[in-house]
Amino acid sequence: MSNRRVKTVGYDDGDLDYDDAYEEEFDEGQEEVSAEDKEQLRLGTIEVRQSLGPAYQATDQEIHDKLWDTYYDIAKTVSYIKNKHKSKSTPAKPAQPIHLPPISVKDFFADCPWGQVPQHRKVDILVEPIHRSRGLLGGASKDGKMSKLAALAAKRRQKENANPATPSKSKDEGPQDEYAASLSKLTLSNDKPGGRTQKTIGTEGDDPMSDAAAIEPKAGSELNGTGAKRDLEDEPIVERTKPSAFAGTFLDTVTSDPSATIDSSIIGNASSMFDFKDPSPDDIVYRAQTGRTPAKTTTPQKRQQKAPPKANVTNGVQNLSISDPPKIKSKNIDVLGEYKKVKHKNAANFVVIGHVDAGKSTLMGRLLFDLEAIDQRTMDRYKKEAENIGKGSFAFAWVLDQGSEERERGVTIDIAMNKFDTDKTSFTILDAPGHQDFVPNMIAGASQADFAVLVIDASPGNFESGLRGQTKEHALLAKSIGVQRLIVAVNKMDMVNWSQDRFEDIKTQMSSFLKATRFNLESTAFIPCSGLQGDNILQPVTNPAASWYKSGQTLVQALDSYEPTAHNLDRPLRMTVGDVFRGGVQNSLSISGRIEAGSLQVGDQILVQPSSEKATIRALDLDNDDGDEIREWAVAGQNVILHLNDIDPIHLRSGDVVCAPGKDQIQNTTDFAAQILSFAHLTPMNVDIHRGRLHVPGRISQLVGILDKKTADVIRKKPKIVKPEEVVRVAIELERGVPIEAGGRIVLRSQGETVGAGIVE
Amino acid sequence: MRLVKRNINSDGSGAVTLCPEEPEDMWHAYNLVLIGDFLTASAVRRVTNESSTTGSTSSQRVHTNLSIKVKSLDFDPQAGQLHVSGQIARENKYAKIGQHHTLDLELNRNFTIDKVVEGKDGGAGWDSVAQAQLMEAVDPNKSTEAVAVVMQEGLGNICFLTSHQTILRQRVEASVPRKRTGAGRSADHDKGLQKFYSTVLDTLLRQLEVLLENKDSSASFPILLASPGFVAQGFLKYVNETAANRGEKLLQDLVKRKAFIVVHSSSGHLHSLNEVLNSPEVRARLQNTQYARETAVMDDFFALLRKDDGRAWYGPREVEQAVDKGAVGRGGGVLLVNNDLFRSQDVATRRRWVMLVDRVRDVEGGEVRILSSDHESGKRLEGLGGIAAILTFPIEEMDDVEGSEDEQAKDDT
Repeated sequence: MSNRRVKTVGYDDGDLDYDDAYEEEFDEGQEEVSAEDKEQLRLGTIEVRQSLGPAYQATDQEIHDKLWDTYYDIAKTVSYIKNKHKSKSTPAKPAQPIHLPPISVKDFFADCPWGQVPQHRKVDILVEPIHRSRGLLGGASKDGKMSKLAALAAKRRQKENANPATPSKSKDEGPQDEYAASLSKLTLSNDKPGGRTQKTIGTEGDDPMSDAAAIEPKAGSELNGTGAKRDLEDEPIVERTKPSAFAGTFLDTVTSDPSATIDSSIIGNASSMFDFKDPSPDDIVYRAQTGRTPAKTTTPQKRQQKAPPKANVTNGVQNLSISDPPKIKSKNIDVLGEYKKVKHKNAANFVVIGHVDAGKSTLMGRLLFDLEAIDQRTMDRYKKEAENIGKGSFAFAWVLDQGSEERERGVTIDIAMNKFDTDKTSFTILDAPGHQDFVPNMIAGASQADFAVLVIDASPGNFESGLRGQTKEHALLAKSIGVQRLIVAVNKMDMVNWSQDRFEDIKTQMSSFLKATRFNLESTAFIPCSGLQGDNILQPVTNPAASWYKSGQTLVQALDSYEPTAHNLDRPLRMTVGDVFRGGVQNSLSISGRIEAGSLQVGDQILVQPSSEKATIRALDLDNDDGDEIREWAVAGQNVILHLNDIDPIHLRSGDVVCAPGKDQIQNTTDFAAQILSFAHLTPMNVDIHRGRLHVPGRISQLVGILDKKTADVIRKKPKIVKPEEVVRVAIELERGVPIEAGGRIVLRSQGETVGAGIVE
Repeated sequence: MRLVKRNINSDGSGAVTLCPEEPEDMWHAYNLVLIGDFLTASAVRRVTNESSTTGSTSSQRVHTNLSIKVKSLDFDPQAGQLHVSGQIARENKYAKIGQHHTLDLELNRNFTIDKVVEGKDGGAGWDSVAQAQLMEAVDPNKSTEAVAVVMQEGLGNICFLTSHQTILRQRVEASVPRKRTGAGRSADHDKGLQKFYSTVLDTLLRQLEVLLENKDSSASFPILLASPGFVAQGFLKYVNETAANRGEKLLQDLVKRKAFIVVHSSSGHLHSLNEVLNSPEVRARLQNTQYARETAVMDDFFALLRKDDGRAWYGPREVEQAVDKGAVGRGGGVLLVNNDLFRSQDVATRRRWVMLVDRVRDVEGGEVRILSSDHESGKRLEGLGGIAAILTFPIEEMDDVEGSEDEQAKDDT
């Protein structure tokens, strides 16, 4: 580019010697012509000649040249050559004595009717070259070399022409020069072999040319001046007239003169090219760099150079700066106030727990299907796919078991979240895995739940084995994590033919167990149902064998009787990260979880522990939401997806805790004391410590003392071993610092078994 | 470790010259060298000469044998390096007595440990435990080594098991997106899991290359893959697929000789290694290795402890009392001691445990197991105060429990 520019300046020196410049350009061009290009040129020439017909006698070189310029665009070349030859063929008009004062373009065009510009004039101003001139104007390089040359050229030309018309204008030498310079930039473009705007004027005769030269300064200066003027408002503006109509064609500014409404076909192109309405990006950059208004220091000359280059390369820069997302600012919403204002539907999370293969996922899949949260078509697809791999009975479970491995193995591995609405409440299901290996995931789910649905397999033998297994462990865990209310869904009643005896038997056994676990039996409902058949879930059971349960609650009714619990809205923000993922195209990093305490809003800065990295909330979604509405805030108890800015994903893990930076932030700790209810024998030993999703290795370093269950007084100091069902104060050491604070509920596991659960002191 | 020269007097004093041959020997050296011993090894020392006339100095590095009186030891288990610092005890032309120097023991370079009896600091010389450790160190029968990858979704611990150490070589952490409801979103999880597998495999191969560096290619060692759920199976599947696709020789060899064993563990944390080593699959393959034995004995102990019938006791005072009562004797009495206790800086403390060990073994006729503190089982024992005992008869209540606790508290402070 720069090479070429310098070169063209050279032509300018040669004072519009068209042929010279032409030759040179062509020679230059030829050097670059490769064999393929030559071939293409040859073919192109033939085509052009054909379409031109004999009427136009264009030389091969002209055609070649144009083809080269237009990248072998035959049509353009043809039209160009036609135009050129036509204008040539038009007898050169004797210089119309527009002698004095050729001050404005408006005057220049005074004799031609607007809208009906004579053909040759139209052609003269026309079209494409604007591309070129833009490139050339844009080429005004920062070093100013070119402008000097250009200025020199302009000066020389002035001398040679010795035009008596111009001097009247020049009030001082400086501006005069720049005008000339800017003019030269404009005329420069004409020198290109492809360019022909004013050049044609030039070739027509000296006088019009000099007129044009004399006129142009106005337009040119205006052209550049306006650009500059806009950014540099405090600049001492050189006296100048209003933009001329001609300049208007470049500037697209509406002049007061109605005659200025030029044939839009002419302007159309130009105006879009030369939109000088905004400060040029260079100016923006420059101003940012210097940090002050450049007007005071830069000479007008420099400014004039600055303005034109905006056109092309720098547009990219501008685009860049535009695409930079604006810094998200917190709107400082009074979240709690807003929350109280809005009337809410009750929202509740419940975790579905129970022994492996009790039918948790299937029951919930059926529930979602009955409530039409899943459409028939999706369900049919699941059915078909499940049957294809010979697991037809798993179709409903597939609603929740979305993972490929889960489907393959027919077992839930991780918590599945799904939501549905009843008339009264909007529920979020947390479908927990029943398998022993995935108890950590179940703990994560239960820690987000308001209440639990304990699913029990009523079929013979399975209930008993479940009671020894995860039915018991899950119930214990749910209770120790803080789930107060329980709904016991006695599933697979169809397998025992809705036997009332079986149901009552299970009810009795479970009641005694739950009582021992200190669940409130009064708030515990026992619902017989069948997930696979869909009995007594939404619709009451139709099976005649179940007539004894005619008046009983269905599962959905039992769910609906939930009374919302209050959340810690006023406390400092706490949220355990459940998942870190890429939340779509626009959100490169998102986290999800349930806000445990406090509130947050878009624009808030959050602190992620244990990495102690800060991030900004770019946007947030509520899980209970259909996503139509743009959410600005969220409060405790809601399931949210936060889209984050300004943080690297390596600092985020599921299990991390999000809080607000400041004095209330959660601290990382490596050792703490806790009151633990033991489920197995405890000695000083290695344990896994679970807190929601958080799951870290540690060890019980000391058994401080066994406590009285009611008064919490120390009964025995430093026991050697703690038996099950005892409350003990222990000291726990962790390998690495993790965010655990007093009052947090933790679960201790060892060798795949839950050995204790309790509260951090 | 090769025994070059052994010169131990009947009173326990004397010198032993050893030549370490592999990194694990450093661990033995770490256990053999005690504070107060004299250690002689080749050293590189920077010597500064001052010109007597002009006062200008010039310094150069010289190779020389130095003897130091050990003041402190620094063992880096991951790199297998032992740095011993102390004061120079024997003067030579480069170093004066009393100057400080840190010896870095190097493989295949002899070093000499000289222990004195009843010196100024009351050294114990080569006592029974030290002699046993020496025997163990120079035992040419190396037990099988193994590599274990204990993993769960998003977390992998790659460790090497040698007969005396468990070395955590590398921890791999990756964030695997959870499954989420919605079309196509399970792909995120699968993709994350695949990426996690590939990271673990690459890391594992890199570590294996290090392991195989100074071994003949015939070395066969199992690679244990342990995880809860299906992560280990998934990983093995990935390994097999990758071996078929990638054509890496090391990997293909491993697959061909079925080096990978999938074992269940309840979590991906390192302490789950206990479960791994205790699983039937591993026991079948690695029986009679020291770490398997150690793990088994600790499990026995915990099983007894859980029974709470008074036959399992832990803690220094309790065990000493039990020994005094003759409960750790013939017919099932087992004393479990963490070798950490013998590394004590205080000579008296070491002597106390050595005497206890000697007494149980020689007088009471019980079994003594010295567990490596660098194995997971040793770490479990460490949590119990470093010492425990399985008794021949139950002792329901220790005398003076409160008193002993108070003393313990004093000990702690």
